[in-house]
Amino acid sequence: MRCRIFGEARSVVEVFVSETADLKKLIRGRDGHWEIVIGMEVHAQVLSRAKLFSGASTLFGAEPNTQVSFVDAAMPGMLPVMNRFCVEQAIRTGLGLKAKINQVSVFDRKNYFYPDLPAGYQISQYKHPIVGEGEVHLDLSGGRSARVGIERLHLEQDAGKSLHDQHPDHSYVDLNRAGIALMEIVSKPDMRSSEEAAAFVKKLRAILRYLGTCDGNMEEGSLRADVNVSVRRPGAPLGTRCEIKNVNSMRFITQAIEYEARRQIAIIESGGVIRQETRLFDPRTGETRSMRSKEEAHDYRYFPDPDLLPLEIEAAWIEEIAATLPELPDDKKARLMQEHGLSAYDAGVLVTEQELADYYEELARGVDSKSAVNWLNNEVLGRLNRAGQGIEDCPVSARANNEILTLMADGTISGKIAKDLLDIVWTEGGDPRAIVSERGLMQTTDAATIDHAIERVIAANPDKVEEIKKKPKLAGWFVGQVMKETGGKANPQVVNALLKERLKLPGEG
Amino acid sequence: MPLPASPLDFTLAEARDALRAKRLSARELTTAFVEAMAEARSLNAFITETPERAAEMAAESDQRIAAGEARPLEGIPLAIKDLFCTKDVRTTAGSRILETFIPPYESTVTRNLWNAGAVMLGKTNMDEFAMGSSNENSWFEPVSSPWRAKNSNQSVVPGGSSGGSAAAVAARLCLGATGTDTGGSIRQPAALSGIVGMKPTYGRCSRWGIVAFASSLDQAGPMARTVRDAAIMLGTMAGFDPKDSTSVDCPVPDYEKDLETGVAGLRIGVPREFRLEGAPAEIDALWSRGVAWMREQGADIVEISLPHTKYALPAYYIVAPAEASSNLARYDGVRFGRRAEGAADVVDLYERSRAEGFGAEVQRRVLMGTYVLSAGYYDAYYVRAQKVRTLIARDFSNAFERCDVILTPATPGPAFAIGEKTADPVSMYLNDVFTVTANLAGLPAITVPAGVSAEELPLGLQVIGKAFDEETVLRVGRAIECAAGFSAKPAPWWRFS
Amino acid sequence: MSVDEKTVRRIATLARISLAEEQILPMAQELNGILSWVEQLRDVDVKDVPPMTSVVARHLRMREDVVTDTNEAAVLMRNAPAAEDHFFVVPKVVE
Repeated sequence: MRCRIFGEARSVVEVFVSETADLKKLIRGRDGHWEIVIGMEVHAQVLSRAKLFSGASTLFGAEPNTQVSFVDAAMPGMLPVMNRFCVEQAIRTGLGLKAKINQVSVFDRKNYFYPDLPAGYQISQYKHPIVGEGEVHLDLSGGRSARVGIERLHLEQDAGKSLHDQHPDHSYVDLNRAGIALMEIVSKPDMRSSEEAAAFVKKLRAILRYLGTCDGNMEEGSLRADVNVSVRRPGAPLGTRCEIKNVNSMRFITQAIEYEARRQIAIIESGGVIRQETRLFDPRTGETRSMRSKEEAHDYRYFPDPDLLPLEIEAAWIEEIAATLPELPDDKKARLMQEHGLSAYDAGVLVTEQELADYYEELARGVDSKSAVNWLNNEVLGRLNRAGQGIEDCPVSARANNEILTLMADGTISGKIAKDLLDIVWTEGGDPRAIVSERGLMQTTDAATIDHAIERVIAANPDKVEEIKKKPKLAGWFVGQVMKETGGKANPQVVNALLKERLKLPGEG
Repeated sequence: MPLPASPLDFTLAEARDALRAKRLSARELTTAFVEAMAEARSLNAFITETPERAAEMAAESDQRIAAGEARPLEGIPLAIKDLFCTKDVRTTAGSRILETFIPPYESTVTRNLWNAGAVMLGKTNMDEFAMGSSNENSWFEPVSSPWRAKNSNQSVVPGGSSGGSAAAVAARLCLGATGTDTGGSIRQPAALSGIVGMKPTYGRCSRWGIVAFASSLDQAGPMARTVRDAAIMLGTMAGFDPKDSTSVDCPVPDYEKDLETGVAGLRIGVPREFRLEGAPAEIDALWSRGVAWMREQGADIVEISLPHTKYALPAYYIVAPAEASSNLARYDGVRFGRRAEGAADVVDLYERSRAEGFGAEVQRRVLMGTYVLSAGYYDAYYVRAQKVRTLIARDFSNAFERCDVILTPATPGPAFAIGEKTADPVSMYLNDVFTVTANLAGLPAITVPAGVSAEELPLGLQVIGKAFDEETVLRVGRAIECAAGFSAKPAPWWRFS
Repeated sequence: MSVDEKTVRRIATLARISLAEEQILPMAQELNGILSWVEQLRDVDVKDVPPMTSVVARHLRMREDVVTDTNEAAVLMRNAPAAEDHFFVVPKVVE
């Protein structure tokens, strides 16, 4: 249903309600609301030992031009040979995106000149990519979710790297990266906000890492995004889009989209027209600017690479690969919610990294899920975050944490001691159970011992004993003192109960 | 069996046997050819001579022969078309843009030859990037054919693009040479130079390390004085190479084995569309003579039709330049090859390096290829030409249901004078009219010297066979060679110039 | 379809070959000569004919994921017209 309320002057807000535009995602311009339409092309470097068409290494950070086959350097007479594992990784990724695997695909030459493209063409896939349509589900704030369609995925060669800022007159070319396998993953223009775009990249990255097909390392450039942004009035046809190339962090993606959308809105609202062009995001200024070298219209003269044949993939191979797929983030999240009763939020955070989810599951074995999550977040991740580390750096195993939690759950140690125990294992290592018995950290529930401790505290603090008659809340302070008195080993519930008796406090007991 | 007086007149097969029988040493043999090569510089058949390397290789061959470890081509001096990358030896592809290029790798085909004990005399002259039919497109100046028309002192072309190899074999400067054939570049110069030239099935020989011209058409092959010699060379050149995705993994048979079997009972197809309007009568006459020889030797002659023959050349001149325009994009002055001086920016660097480095024909074909692949023209030209190619391949499949090989003329005329056909590109292209269909269909084909023109210049006949049936092609070629008894030899005018 | 001077300039730019002014017209003429000759392909009935994808029908062979090419940078640089510290040097590219 559409309803329009027309105002007379431009200052009156026109409200369009349509089934496609989500009011919450619209941007308020000078003359009304705008919808942002975002599509992305993500380039993901395939995790493989060797390159897509040559036997050179793909390791990051090597000395310049030391990982370059003559094939990568496009020396005369050199020829490409397809790396089977790269094909496998592309199929695996396609399956992870719930996409159609095309059993026949073609490699085409994309012809253009650039110093980091040695052959003067890139071997890519044009009309017949290896993977067809799929989808990704986004986790958004407030428990919302959205679905973004995948248009296609194809394999192509990465280019080398040029350094432009080492010398006033020269650029320097390193071909180590030339020929590394890339998966270009093209989304449908289904995103409507920078939040959705960031969530898309985040989820896609997680899926790739779960599958082991790309390490998703944006700082090293193994995951890069080209963002297509256009704006339109809700319900109107698609506007002219601009492509922002090579945005290499989630933060920059968000900033670039915000800037670009406003830039386009400002142009249109002042009567201008958006020129379709390729732009770069400058992190220093937070702005996008036009790319000089890409202004000319490119005629890539695609044609099937005559040094290769069409790639034929048998159904049996696809099935073999499908059988190796791990549990993916969405499924794992749903299972954690169901089996562990976790909230969508908690489960969502855990599955961002497969390692974290696995860590949690082992840590939570046989103990209360909520306590497990809280322990993981507050104690484990808390310590790691303070040290700037991730779960992969944790010096304490999930199993050890599970032991501590179990000891707490069965009353062997108190909550306070548990934290101390973690500190010990964290810095010194060792088996939690053994440490507890060696150092006598067991919780005291013995009423007599606790009673003596309470007596000592009461005797030492007559003024507080008086005060508590007016301020019952001081009971907490007493509990703390008794805990100190017992070296943290007293069972807090027993302390509470006995204190109330002793001090003749009202209350629940 | 009496050997010729001079080793220069040995066939490859005779030299091979003589070396094994220790009737002469590899060093003697190589020295003879190195001297012949040095005396023949006025032919301009070689771009780079490698006498020292040849001497080293010959010395090693003598050791192996002495130890009883002679390999199939042990001690045989060969010339290598300068399109094959030879490790640490300059490889130019006949172009200014690669004038100083020294490859750090060896092509698979030449590696096969050296592994079989052959000796490298040098790199032969050729049309730049294999684009040409006369060897007049070389940066290193044209090659003169060792042949001269009757009563003439004018230089004629050896054919192209493997003109230097053809001239070297015909002038007896080597026992054999490698060539490449994309539209006829082995067979046409072989025919014009009175020698044998063979293009095997596409995928039979590896293309790795051969400077690429048109990837779906290029094929390496032998050029030698006799069919047996070509068979011997092919046996070593051919073979599967995992580094070439278009290389075919099927075993290489012994190509010498059935050479003398004869043609009795074979069905020889004669395609009516190869009768060319306006071609000299002697071409047709030689073809008829060839047919008669086959009939006399017991073959069945079958009239066949290859209906799309006349579209082969135009289709080739779309597909080949298109692929070449992309293959030659790597010649940009950045990582190897000639770089223009004082470039203002990268675009200037590319544009001037390539303008300076590429000759006129190469520039023409690169522009042509760029055009036919460009937006709006791709379907009308490139795709259409590839469809016509399918039709041409189908013509052959159909024909081969009724015959075993096909017999045709090799060229539309004998060798022409240097400079005679350079005015109009298309008239030069027409030299490949009989050869180009075999490239488009990927089929094996051989040309064998079969007679001489009225001016006493060589003429050849071509045999085309089924895919991977080089044996039958060689066998029929041998039968023609026997019947023709071609014994003409160019008078060595070049030694006295 | 024929080629005019503007088209020749455009193709020459695409192909990165600089043509002198006086070369443009002759090149257009030569290309047109070739193009009008190849026009005869229009006479062929190509309905339902697939373009040739591989000359001798086969499957695309694939290689194992093993590092087999280990060239030294020095070898790679040997033919380079301009190199510094194992980088290829080109005039500055401005993006």
